[in-house]
Amino acid sequence: MYKQLNHKAWFLVLPVVALVAFNAIIPLMTVVNFSVQETFGDNVFFWAGVLWFEQVLQSDRFHDALLRQILFTTIILLIEVPLGLIVALAMPRKGAWVSVCLVAMALPLLIPWNVVGAMWNIFALPEIGLMGKGLRSLGFDFNYTRQPLTAWFTVVLMDVWHWTSLVVLLCYAGLVSIPNDYYQAAKIDGASAWSVFRYIQLPKLKRVLTIAILLRFMDSFMIYTEVVVLTGGGPGNSTTFLSIDLVKMALGQFDLGPAAAMSLIYFLIILLLSWLFYTVMTRNEAK
Amino acid sequence: MHPERRPVFRKRSLIPAIYILFLMLPIYWLVTMSFKTTNEILGGFTPWPQNFTLANYEKIFTDSTWYSGYINSLTFVIANTILSVVVALPAAYAFSRYRFLGDKHLFFWLLTNRMAPPAVFALPFLQLYSAVGLFDTPWAVALAHTLFNVPLAVWILEGFMSGVPKELDETAYVDGYPFWRFFIKIFIPTIAAGIGVACFFCFMFSWVELLLAKTLTSVAAKPIVATMTRTASTSGYELGLLAAAGTLTIVPGAFVIYFVRNYIAKGFALGRV
Repeated sequence: MYKQLNHKAWFLVLPVVALVAFNAIIPLMTVVNFSVQETFGDNVFFWAGVLWFEQVLQSDRFHDALLRQILFTTIILLIEVPLGLIVALAMPRKGAWVSVCLVAMALPLLIPWNVVGAMWNIFALPEIGLMGKGLRSLGFDFNYTRQPLTAWFTVVLMDVWHWTSLVVLLCYAGLVSIPNDYYQAAKIDGASAWSVFRYIQLPKLKRVLTIAILLRFMDSFMIYTEVVVLTGGGPGNSTTFLSIDLVKMALGQFDLGPAAAMSLIYFLIILLLSWLFYTVMTRNEAK
Repeated sequence: MHPERRPVFRKRSLIPAIYILFLMLPIYWLVTMSFKTTNEILGGFTPWPQNFTLANYEKIFTDSTWYSGYINSLTFVIANTILSVVVALPAAYAFSRYRFLGDKHLFFWLLTNRMAPPAVFALPFLQLYSAVGLFDTPWAVALAHTLFNVPLAVWILEGFMSGVPKELDETAYVDGYPFWRFFIKIFIPTIAAGIGVACFFCFMFSWVELLLAKTLTSVAAKPIVATMTRTASTSGYELGLLAAAGTLTIVPGAFVIYFVRNYIAKGFALGRV
């Protein structure tokens, strides 16, 4: 759509800018402030330069949390995106079932994140939870409070349960927007189900898939509440992701300098990766 | 939308059915737990309540530390939703209709706030809202949640507004409508569905958030999600009570979904399909 040049439009965005600036810029300046100073309490601060940044970037604790974070995000993207696509493709397009499906699938998205954690905690408890008891009676040695591997399994399964619906709903929205003529043309040409998917559905889904992958990437990189309630970052540190580590450092130990430096590095990583994803995907779209 | 008629039950329908079953299992378990007594829960595995009890719900509805949590949560969620959508409406209109100095940069900057991890902002927010005297009020949480809800509302509304032809605006201006009258009387009713979807998303992300809501309140404005975490850590193993409280937090969400069910699909694509 052609857009008119009108600098007065700034007046319309002013309230948003004021509100978000209040919420974003002042706290961000606080973080920057902490990240370059050293304090021994009593509100006395000394210039520390890039000391904290060096310390964080060189610490094993940060490296481990970052690695776990990247591994977790990769796993859930590899599961949730294809699974969401498959479910969306198999969903009915018309009739009473559509509403039932949509409402049922959207439900996990509206449950408070700590309730999601608590729910999975109860569900997976080895002796009295449905899943824990079920897996154990099938002969699996399942105890997510003790074994890192089963803890990871439970955390990943919880995230798949919680967020795959977002991918489903986005893909479904893309699918119903494809005009019927396309399918008719494909039918006349005798196209197989695979080529209908490859040459009609997939190109039309590129936009929504971009949104889905971006949202899932950003949110899984910031995951905090669900995991804290489910495993508390344990056993040991095996499920301590970046946000959990950061909160431990900032609110638990009050190591403000390193925590602030870590915050900035963390935020920059998300920004950089989101921007990379976005440009790569929109470039493919343009081709 | 395949043109040919097909039988109602197909093998393909099994996939969504199995998926929904998977979604419902943990919810079933939570609801079941909420009707059990603590003794039964800790006594061993029972697939459904043997001694059906409503005591957990009774406790929540009669104990003010519990039910005030729900009131506090709903207060800041509704305040946040209204505030976010009201400020986002004119901004989204500006982005969808005009070019102006720095518009693309501004839009991207707004979106970067959606990418900011709440963990990064928890401590600075605590200091900021204590300094302005809003700590431990629902307003602090409502304002803090605008950090990620305003960019999202602008994004969704801009998508819906771009779908409205420009001729609508031009005809109204030719007919002599001043901007605000056109905007309120004609434009807002036209994109009512988009506003509904934006409200849904703001409600959702404010309702589910815990970290900021918990950090910015202590006693007077404590939200239900914080009440739950503190109960879990202090009084040990009251799983039945926790399950009942959790079940009740699903209710407002289910209610909201039911109202917007016809727009959900479009809304999740942020109006951009």
